[in-house]
Amino acid sequence: MEDFLITTAKVLFIFGLNMGVFAPLLTWVERKQSALMQDRIGANRADILGFSMIGLFHPIADAIKMLAKEDFIPEGANKIMHTLSPIICVVPALLTFAVIPFGGEYVIGGKHIKLVIADLDVGLIFIFAISSLATYGTVIAGWSSNNNWSLLGSLRASAQMISYEVAMGFTLVGVFMVYGSLQLTQIGAAQESFFRWGIFLQPLGFFMFLACAIAENKRAPFDVAEGESEIIAGYFLEYSGLKFGMFYMAEFLEIVTISAMVTTLFFGAWHIPFISSALILSMLSFLNETLANIILMLIHISVFWVKVIFFIWFQMTIRWTLPRFRYDQIMKLGWKILLPLSLANILVTGIVILILQ
Amino acid sequence: MLNQYLGVLILLVLATGTAVGMLTLTSLLGPKKSFPDKMEPFECGKKPIVSPRQRFSVKFYLTAVLFILFDIEAVFLYPWAILFKKLGWFGFVEMLLFIVVLGIGLVYVWKKGALKWE
Repeated sequence: MEDFLITTAKVLFIFGLNMGVFAPLLTWVERKQSALMQDRIGANRADILGFSMIGLFHPIADAIKMLAKEDFIPEGANKIMHTLSPIICVVPALLTFAVIPFGGEYVIGGKHIKLVIADLDVGLIFIFAISSLATYGTVIAGWSSNNNWSLLGSLRASAQMISYEVAMGFTLVGVFMVYGSLQLTQIGAAQESFFRWGIFLQPLGFFMFLACAIAENKRAPFDVAEGESEIIAGYFLEYSGLKFGMFYMAEFLEIVTISAMVTTLFFGAWHIPFISSALILSMLSFLNETLANIILMLIHISVFWVKVIFFIWFQMTIRWTLPRFRYDQIMKLGWKILLPLSLANILVTGIVILILQ
Repeated sequence: MLNQYLGVLILLVLATGTAVGMLTLTSLLGPKKSFPDKMEPFECGKKPIVSPRQRFSVKFYLTAVLFILFDIEAVFLYPWAILFKKLGWFGFVEMLLFIVVLGIGLVYVWKKGALKWE
């Protein structure tokens, strides 16, 4: 019973943070970031009694607007599939977070508590399996809408997503070899000392993984599947109201997941450079064990989320800096550059590990 | 063992519930005014002449087939990568042969023009 309550608490924490803070706030961040980078004043109209709060009320205004719109299903569309596909997009985006640890292991009141919803031994394979389900969402959305633009968008999206999934599968093999585990909690725990961070052990792996992950999420510069200026938002063109919002929500949740994965795999997860958990605990030794562990836990959680927020910002910056790639360039990058490079990365990693052994 | 998946199950129920709830909410709250012109697929104001439910380029199908081939090979690499340090040079040479075969496959597909998108 106690385990059940603890698990529920962790689920509610992650779910609340993702749906209550990140998903709405990122719509605002995206606008504000683009406004800053394009040297204009953006997202400042929504206000309550004259207070606009640098546009922070925009997510609320958006939500109300979307709720008040008609739930539109065009003629000739497959009604069941059309309704189902936003669910297939959002649910995997939320579910992948189950195996990502947002802190280490702490002794609170004599109980060992791991800050991860489900500490699965398959870890990253679970993430790959669940996140590839989102491909179905986009394909079904485009096909069921009975619209030429939607179909084009979903075809492009499906080919792009499966191509980059291959490359993404290979880019992380180097990480598994270095840490000898698929479990994200173990990979995170192995990065306690600064020079054991993934970025130092797998520098090429980091860049390739980030490129693949952004392409997987269909964001600029890999956003030909949406391409507002050519195929008018692509696969979710015929959607309105909150259904439309759900596709965006899935996209923003995936940004958070990608940032959390990059943090866990390459940037020391919840660890602070040069300050080990033991050092913090010894500094807090005047407190009793439970209290010291709680403080350590809070420090680790905030460090983890600060890193995640940094990578969210980084992805937003990439999105507004680079122009959209052409479709053949995207496929070329995936199959002809990233795939051979990641295979070479596996071999080089293997040789280096064996020589150092 | 299955206890591990308890959290996943709770999250799945919560996520699906939220998604279904949002869909119900938006279909209940929104207005409902439909007339023939509005129900047309989004195009330039005319009814589209070409139906989207047609055959499309074989390229996409080919990409999907290649995806299956290479993704299954990626799955073979995972258990090897986990045990890599224990297997030593023997495991490395074995996997080298596997990756060479994989590389030959990639070169073959490449030379055949299956990866060309012009």
